[in-house]
Amino acid sequence: MPLLKTENLGITFGGLKALSDVHVEINEHELVGLIGPNGAGKTTFFNLITGVYTPTEGKIIFDGKLMNGKKNYQFNNIGIARTFQNIRLFKGLTVIENVKTAFHSSMKYSPFSGILKLPSYWKEEKLIHEKAIELLRVFSLENLINENASNLPYGQQRKLEIARALATNPKLLLLDEPAAGMNPSETSELMETIDIIRKRFNITILLIEHDMNLVMGICEKIFVLDYGMIIAKGVPEKIKSNPKVIAAYLGE
Amino acid sequence: MKNNFKYTAFIVLLLLVTYFVFVFLISSKTINNYYQGILMLIMINVMLAVSLNLVTGFLGQLTLGHAGFMAIGAYVSALFTKVSELPDILSFVIALILAGIAAAAAGIIIGIPALRLKGDYIAILTLSAGEIIRGLIIYFDEYTGGSRGMKMIPAYSNFSNVFWIMIITIFVIYSIIHSRHGRAVIAIREDEIAAESVGINIVNYKLFAFCISAFFAGVAGALFAHYNTLLDPNNFDYNYSIEMLIMVVFGGMGSLTGSIVAALGLTALPQILSDFSNYRMLLYSILLIIIMLFKPSGLFGTHEFSIMAIGGLFKGKKSKTKKRGDL
Amino acid sequence: MNFIQQLINGLSIGSVYALVALGYTMVYGIVKLINFAHGDIIMVGSYIVLFSMKSAGFPFWISILGAFTLCAILGVVIERVAYKPLRQAPRISALITAIGVSILIQNVFMLSFKPDPRPFPNVIDGNFGIGSINVSYTTALTIGISVLLMILLQLIVKKTKVGKAMRAVSEDEGAASLMGINVNRTISITFAIGSGLAAVGGALYSAAYPLVDPFMGAMFGLKAFVAAVIGGIGSIPGAILGGLIMGIAESMTKAYISSQLTDIIVFGILIVVLLVKPSGIMGKNVKEKV
Repeated sequence: MPLLKTENLGITFGGLKALSDVHVEINEHELVGLIGPNGAGKTTFFNLITGVYTPTEGKIIFDGKLMNGKKNYQFNNIGIARTFQNIRLFKGLTVIENVKTAFHSSMKYSPFSGILKLPSYWKEEKLIHEKAIELLRVFSLENLINENASNLPYGQQRKLEIARALATNPKLLLLDEPAAGMNPSETSELMETIDIIRKRFNITILLIEHDMNLVMGICEKIFVLDYGMIIAKGVPEKIKSNPKVIAAYLGE
Repeated sequence: MKNNFKYTAFIVLLLLVTYFVFVFLISSKTINNYYQGILMLIMINVMLAVSLNLVTGFLGQLTLGHAGFMAIGAYVSALFTKVSELPDILSFVIALILAGIAAAAAGIIIGIPALRLKGDYIAILTLSAGEIIRGLIIYFDEYTGGSRGMKMIPAYSNFSNVFWIMIITIFVIYSIIHSRHGRAVIAIREDEIAAESVGINIVNYKLFAFCISAFFAGVAGALFAHYNTLLDPNNFDYNYSIEMLIMVVFGGMGSLTGSIVAALGLTALPQILSDFSNYRMLLYSILLIIIMLFKPSGLFGTHEFSIMAIGGLFKGKKSKTKKRGDL
Repeated sequence: MNFIQQLINGLSIGSVYALVALGYTMVYGIVKLINFAHGDIIMVGSYIVLFSMKSAGFPFWISILGAFTLCAILGVVIERVAYKPLRQAPRISALITAIGVSILIQNVFMLSFKPDPRPFPNVIDGNFGIGSINVSYTTALTIGISVLLMILLQLIVKKTKVGKAMRAVSEDEGAASLMGINVNRTISITFAIGSGLAAVGGALYSAAYPLVDPFMGAMFGLKAFVAAVIGGIGSIPGAILGGLIMGIAESMTKAYISSQLTDIIVFGILIVVLLVKPSGIMGKNVKEKV
């Protein structure tokens, strides 16, 4: 059974079909790339499978459950976490607070124990503090925990956003152009990190990327979107030589 | 987040000393009735400013109906104690709890439509709600005395109970902010979409903050009713809500200690300088605009005054303000 | 018969609400700000007409033109000084500034002209009958001027270059500026028109309820804003519809239920409308970009 499956998925904005007839299957532990030219509907697809938008047609099935009509936060609670194309950190908070906030749903203590500072409060807060530092260590951010998120350089902000998404303990991690704005050496370092986190956290990753060569390097499977439709899917080698994909990227 | 026993002990000691100093000054008549009245108003305003800060400063939503919630607490508690035949203390305790619950319930009723909407509607809905509440109080004059006011409310509030209830209010709101629930609330202020994307149910947490804030406004209203012993619906108009907002803004949106200092200063100043009262709002409005233009997070921003840092000042060390979340 | 009489009263006050609501809705449409000071511009307009007629002896129509011009300038100044620097700031900062401006205007007027209400001069006396219904000339004038201004505004927004620029900026400020539209000038014009309409609204309101005081704009402005929200904020026909609904609801409540309950019912309508259709009767749903 695939982890994520969309059937005939589509959305219309004021008469304009942004996505239509999207069939996608992603299996557990896969590292999948979603590519396509600007405006092809990649981010719209992310917004659909995270509940930011409600689809006007089709189905989203995650982990065997029909997700249509669920709210944004419910998508996260069931195991889909994401990053954003234009980084959306909690800018006024520190690095560690950003991550701790994302542990919210895995914590159990009630407002009552929070107010009275009962033992469950101390226990869970201590645990989450350690977990957060451990997570930040993966991204080499452990020395910056008390820094304001907005003070971090761009590349580290991207990393922090991934760490925050991972803190929600997802089964599927969606990365929206994680390498945007990075130089080639930062990018290759990031790609390595992505591979590491997939293995370490044992999760499935779907990433949007512009740069074909990059995606080809690490992804096992690729979907190509153009004008709101999937025009190709398969292993990188096949995608590379697919005439439709070449046409979409180079223009006819 | 350090379980610093020494720090806690120091604060408790400081509170006890403050409390007993005031009790001594009041019982020895060094603080006369007039100044005691100002003191009571200061403490009630501290409660209002701190509770409003939870919504305006930490949740980041502008509400303009805090005086309405206070009014509900004031009238509900007064209606109860006037008819209650229970012993005074018991009757007052129940009245305080009822006041909080009634205000919180009103907060939920108003919050559900207001918080479903994005953006600025909450300001206008809470403002409207404040006016509706005042209108209802005037309309049901059979019970509330209407615009003639409600009189003969038992004078149960005194320095001791108001002081400790104020401390409890501050403590509860401080604790909430430093819990996972508070982090969810602050995350909503920072970025609603990002907050939702990490699994926070933003409607619930908005309601949560709204509800707690209204609860303490209600309790403050009850304390006010049983201190003033008479209630006039016009005490709770839009202008009072605005004054609370001014306290929060001046003290810093997201700074509890800032709210406390601002509530103290802004309540005491006009009482001491009576000539000032005519020009007060003029000055406040200009300051409000200037603060927003040049330092939008308020005078002290989200910084908290640290008592330890003030202590350090006396020892000749460099003083510094602490950042919220780092306490 | 009484019902039709009340309906006419409602239309009269409702058209004044509509005029003021138009300013709120235009400003909100273009800069996404509840301009709390808009209500106080009503008051400024009333004072200008009052002084112009009483102290300077100008006729009503010249006074209205004067009030329109001066308030338009005031609106532009407020925007430039207080709101423009905060366009990129968090919403709550701009809202608090708007509240600050509102309190500032109220207090400047209170300190300059005393808080006591002043009588507003009589504009035109008398009434005329349609069948058995008596309509005062003031009512007819109010409805007439309001309708005229609404048509004029609709023409400006739909047919002129300025109107097109306004609509473009409210759709997408960045794109509009890339298309060569002067965004700052367009926003200023919007504030000028909105504030001018509020001044006229103030004068007409004072003609019907002839008392002027420094705080008269606060409640009236709030109700006009509620009208704009009910009609659908950002929509010009919506503001007019909302204003008329408010006016009629108010006069009907006063006549048939209880004058004490008017505010409660008016704000109650707001809550019901927002629960049923959060974007207002004629508003459109907008999704935030992610």
